[in-house]
Amino acid sequence: MQMAQPGLYIHIPFCKTKCGYCDFYSVTSLSSIPEYIKAILEEISLYRYDFKCFDTIYIGGGTPSLLSCADLWEILIHARNTFTVAADAEITVEVNPADAHPHFLTSLRRTGVNRLNLGIQSFDENILRFLDRRHTCKQALESIEQARAAGFDNIGLDLIYGIPDQSLLSWKDTLSRALSFEPEHLSCYQLSLEDDTPLGRRHQKGEFALPDEDRQIDFFMTTADILEDAGYLHYEVSSFARDESCKSRHNQKYWRHIPYLGLGPAAHSFSGQRRWWNHRSLKQYLIDLREVRRPVEGSEQLTPSQKRLENCFLGLRTGEGIPMQHFSEQHNTPHPEKRKNLDELVRQGFIVIQDGFLKPTRRGLAVADRLALML
Amino acid sequence: MENIRNFSIIAHIDHGKSTLADRLIQHTGVVSERNFKDQILDNMDIERERGITIKSQAICLPYKARDGITYTLNLIDTPGHVDFSYEVSRSLASCEGVLLLIDAAQGVQAQTLANLYLAMEHDLEIIPVINKIDLPSADVERVIGQIDTELGLDADSHLQCSAKEGIGIEEILEAIVERIPPPAGDFEAPLAALIFDANYDPFRGTVIHCRIFAGQVKPGDVIRLMFTHASYRVEEVGHFLLTREKRNRIAAGEVGYIIAGVKTVSDVHTGDTITLDNRPCEKPLPGFKEVKPVVFASIYPIASDDYENLADSLEKFKLNDASFIYQKDSSVALGQGFRCGFLGLLHLDIVQERLEREYDLSIILSVPSVRYRFTLKNGAVLDVDNPSHHPDPASIAKSEEPYIRATMMMPERYLGSVMKLCMDKRGANSTLSYTGPGRVELIYEMPLAEVIYDFYDRFKSLTQGYGSFDYDIIDYRESTLALLDILVNGEKVDALSQIVHRERARARGLQACERLKEEIPKQMFKIAIQGVIGGEIVSRTTISAFRKDVTAKCYGGDITRKRKLLEKQKKGKKRMKMIGSVSIPQSAFLSVLRSDTD
Repeated sequence: MQMAQPGLYIHIPFCKTKCGYCDFYSVTSLSSIPEYIKAILEEISLYRYDFKCFDTIYIGGGTPSLLSCADLWEILIHARNTFTVAADAEITVEVNPADAHPHFLTSLRRTGVNRLNLGIQSFDENILRFLDRRHTCKQALESIEQARAAGFDNIGLDLIYGIPDQSLLSWKDTLSRALSFEPEHLSCYQLSLEDDTPLGRRHQKGEFALPDEDRQIDFFMTTADILEDAGYLHYEVSSFARDESCKSRHNQKYWRHIPYLGLGPAAHSFSGQRRWWNHRSLKQYLIDLREVRRPVEGSEQLTPSQKRLENCFLGLRTGEGIPMQHFSEQHNTPHPEKRKNLDELVRQGFIVIQDGFLKPTRRGLAVADRLALML
Repeated sequence: MENIRNFSIIAHIDHGKSTLADRLIQHTGVVSERNFKDQILDNMDIERERGITIKSQAICLPYKARDGITYTLNLIDTPGHVDFSYEVSRSLASCEGVLLLIDAAQGVQAQTLANLYLAMEHDLEIIPVINKIDLPSADVERVIGQIDTELGLDADSHLQCSAKEGIGIEEILEAIVERIPPPAGDFEAPLAALIFDANYDPFRGTVIHCRIFAGQVKPGDVIRLMFTHASYRVEEVGHFLLTREKRNRIAAGEVGYIIAGVKTVSDVHTGDTITLDNRPCEKPLPGFKEVKPVVFASIYPIASDDYENLADSLEKFKLNDASFIYQKDSSVALGQGFRCGFLGLLHLDIVQERLEREYDLSIILSVPSVRYRFTLKNGAVLDVDNPSHHPDPASIAKSEEPYIRATMMMPERYLGSVMKLCMDKRGANSTLSYTGPGRVELIYEMPLAEVIYDFYDRFKSLTQGYGSFDYDIIDYRESTLALLDILVNGEKVDALSQIVHRERARARGLQACERLKEEIPKQMFKIAIQGVIGGEIVSRTTISAFRKDVTAKCYGGDITRKRKLLEKQKKGKKRMKMIGSVSIPQSAFLSVLRSDTD
């Protein structure tokens, strides 16, 4: 299978300011960057015998664009020297629009990065402020132009909807501005708040309410309508690709149970059977690597039933769905209740059975987690 | 016999009965401090957690009194809840005296009185003991006043203690020796022993707990149970220390156990008399009553493949709980299950919890019902405890339902709202008496069905916990009844059906719909819930469809967290029953008995 090669994820745990909704690990003090670069190079080396080759590299964060191009180049070159990185590998870097200076982007392109993911989030100034984003609407628009100018022909934009008090109109406006750039990829996330984030805490205190379920589904359906009308493929709950070749190869590995190696603090890895994760602490991460030790905090071996559940909820997030034989094999003789559920879900239009796959419909994608629990 | 004292501790719930029992046990040194587990007599986890004694227990305490003589004090513990008042009466019949325990802060409560009356019926020596005197809110003077005015006992006879702190324990033991008379009884007379409890030992079969009133019994004797006429050869007799202690014989005046190859505890009836087969006593000991369940509900496994498992568990469970009865039952909506009878709602609760905890079963209980009586036009009389057996309304000549006499005690200030509640519950023939300054005793006759329906909780909240309640079943009375069915997406769920009073049928239908709307989570499609009486829809509500997950990002590869979340949800789903295509949580079935007035 074409996707069978593993992916490499590198987490850059630095941010100039924290966004209120984000619960990815990062620190706001940038003073450890030099030591962190050394550490990540060390960590790459520590896995040289466990992983041979990759066909995607994804540098995420945090804010990778806080690193200099030289630093990013050093990381990439070390990865290439340590592992076999496919010649046509998809190499993505996440960039904050505030950092998208022409010079930076041009150099980045030259280091071999061939895909940019821009954290636009919104083209509405009020929403950007609510989300504590560091960039302005103007910077967001300019960043896309600069990226094109720097020669990036594979650009993904991240957008968020379902902000408190957000009107459907404001969201449609953000979508149509995004579409005007004909991005190769769009990720449209519904705002979801974890309790241990600043916005999550404010929400718990009752300072604001998130849109109710009826509004959420409105946002979701409208998004899919607009983007599919514009020719995009709705290939995962939140992901849209301009065409088949524009799908994020890296992210698909997560959903297809393909192994990946995650490096950097709080990064997660998967071998096909085992999951493990690094310390969610830059300090501990640096200590471990100073002592040339893998900075792993924990791991788990997946039981067959866990693997099944994962297959199910990951597969049902994607337009591709799960292979029918997967469904029945994993049930040996499919449980009559599950079979009944499946028939009902098909009847109700949440799932279609096509080419030997159980595929969620758009309505099905909206409730992918629920589907997984029923099958 | 002179050195034996048989006694019980009686009290309102939570007045510290088990704690005092523990202190007495500790003080007499039956158990070393190291092995001491709080509330020894409450064997089951549930008893310990809920602080309620469910089964009676007995223990034999050797006590060296101040007079230098060692006495045998037999403490017979009694169940502490209104559902089990017959069991209490049998335990009391086995004693010569009681400690009447009263909480120093709460004072005399409904069960204090009910228990006192029971003790008086048996002519027992009553020692009032005021417990929890260490509490900041203790008002010992007031309680002393109540002993005099409300209980009509000699206030000077009271003792004070704090079982928790171990204060006053020795004085209690001395009072037991001095004031409770030793048992009387003729060793040479034919055997007469009162069964006050039985438990099941997987190796030995049923262990009968009894009090010998006359004669004696030893291994090898053939005994006869007078109510069931069954005979058994005695294998072992003995006393209860912390564990069973074998003896050569047990004789008049003593409390002990008999093992005689009795297969199940259901073969033994609490209150029955044991005598010798070849030399029976003239007549059985007085007071025997066959305990009949008053609340009925069906139990179904959530997963239908658990049926065999459930059947096995019920069989095992029944071994140790003679008052629990069950038989096969099947429901159109829920499949194969069992119809079960309980002594009351607490008993039902306990059975459900024990089945889930001790036997690891996920079960659904149908809406509980009392046993109605229908006289048909053709003269036949039908006892119906299952709404799905409700006869065709056109064929019914007369409908009757069981009534209780409810005794409630409370501070006067709650009288108005409690009377209103009782009227709401179709209460009649009330009597009101002042038992002390500012305190009233209110007696109502009410349909048992109304008490099942949400009475306890509302009573407790109306009286802010200061009210107490006790009841006896009195008789059947004529009533107008109707069958309320619930349809979920057009499909009748028979386990949700109820027999209700005609006048309240509509209101009940509405409430059931509202409760179900709260309890049934949104699903992938719209769910219509309807209440139907005699083909007419009396209430309706709709649960809108679930349409959107909050699908958190799955980027960065942290799949573990997401999976754990789903695993948790999946576990929750296991406690739901699929009816047609609707998952109904366990809690929904009991919820229809809850009103929203509190």
